[in-house]
Amino acid sequence: MSGFRNFLSTRWGVVSVGAFIGIIASLLQKLGNPVNMGICVACFNRDIAGAVGLHRAAVVQYMRPEIIGFVLGSMIAAYMFNEFRARGGSAPFVRFILGGFAMIGALVFLGCPWRALLRLAGGDGNAIVGLAGLIGGIWIGTLFFKSGYSLGRSQKTYTSAGWLFPLIMLGFFVLMIIFPQVEGAGKSGILFYSIKGPGSMHAPLAVAFFISIAVGFLAQRSRFCTMGAFRDLILFRQTHLFSGLLALVGVAFIVNLSIGQFNPGFVKQPVAHSMALWNFGGMVLAGLAFALAGGCPGRQLFLAGEGDSDAAVFVMGMIVGAGFAHNFGLASSPKGIGPHGAAAVIIGLLVCLFIGFTMRQKRV
Amino acid sequence: MGTTLDARGLSCPQPVLMALDEIKKLNSGEIEILVDTDTSRENVSRAADSQGWCVKNVQQEGEGYRIVITKDL
Repeated sequence: MSGFRNFLSTRWGVVSVGAFIGIIASLLQKLGNPVNMGICVACFNRDIAGAVGLHRAAVVQYMRPEIIGFVLGSMIAAYMFNEFRARGGSAPFVRFILGGFAMIGALVFLGCPWRALLRLAGGDGNAIVGLAGLIGGIWIGTLFFKSGYSLGRSQKTYTSAGWLFPLIMLGFFVLMIIFPQVEGAGKSGILFYSIKGPGSMHAPLAVAFFISIAVGFLAQRSRFCTMGAFRDLILFRQTHLFSGLLALVGVAFIVNLSIGQFNPGFVKQPVAHSMALWNFGGMVLAGLAFALAGGCPGRQLFLAGEGDSDAAVFVMGMIVGAGFAHNFGLASSPKGIGPHGAAAVIIGLLVCLFIGFTMRQKRV
Repeated sequence: MGTTLDARGLSCPQPVLMALDEIKKLNSGEIEILVDTDTSRENVSRAADSQGWCVKNVQQEGEGYRIVITKDL
């Protein structure tokens, strides 16, 4: 088992996991997930917010089993390899706020870093602008780290505290079983479902769930993180995580090309808009928030699965942020940015800068 | 005996930043770094290695690890 463990945290390990995610994401699209959105952690958290009624955007309501699977898969891996560490208490409310604004930024662009890469692999040129924004945001984050930014130490806590988030995810899964989707109905029991739009498009529940457990398992072992990939490259000139990211894009591109899912262009791309300034600005905000919180949305799910309740707070911030994003008209749509999207990005950037500037410790 | 850095409870990338700061300061010698997760253990070891330092010893300590890295003059 130790050989397996060592392998996944090596360069080839992280490359394999990136490639695996690339294949899975493209195949999940083929199986029913929205186009260029095989896996999008931000979009899927937003859909979960819709499923439980935190926002009422009718086209994006679905209890995405992928998110649940990622957390549970990571938890299984953490327990199997004795890495489950219940911890928390490193500025949780700051992380909640960062999660909220990260989500708002991602929804102005329409995607998390994973989806930005998948959009690129599907031929969406707007993704290049979004990725440039993401890198810009992460770069600003690295400047804060260099000047002593820190959210402080987490503390060891009760094992059961580390279970709470995975248990909530399990609870969501149970709700999906109790209140399954009814064809043509926008509601089943207490859960909301989309009849049309991206929320209505999904791979079969069991397939998505079990595949995502595998992704969560492997990603926990490999520490795969898209924000970390750019951050380590900028901060330390380290290409370890970046090689995993390249593998994801490369493999998703090849799979898309071979199954006819590659459509190059800037306009009329699936679930995307082409307002370059706000594609860029939204992702600057998201990138900065991810950097200040120490991980991309996917990584935060895997950390939450291995007992990190600060990461769980970040994810809850994202889900609540999605509620605000749709209720306040901050989220974009294929028609363009929402009526208050631009203001939200500017406010979010100011909040992140406030956090970055005021939460610095003197480096010894 | 070299310096000991306590990076326990700190999230990415701070344990690595702490280790690299000390590496730059010392140029050679011995540094002990305490971390509390496997991710930090791997990241710190990888960073030390990339700077030409040798990971001499990794010991389990409590729920975390004590990593000793060295570089000869």
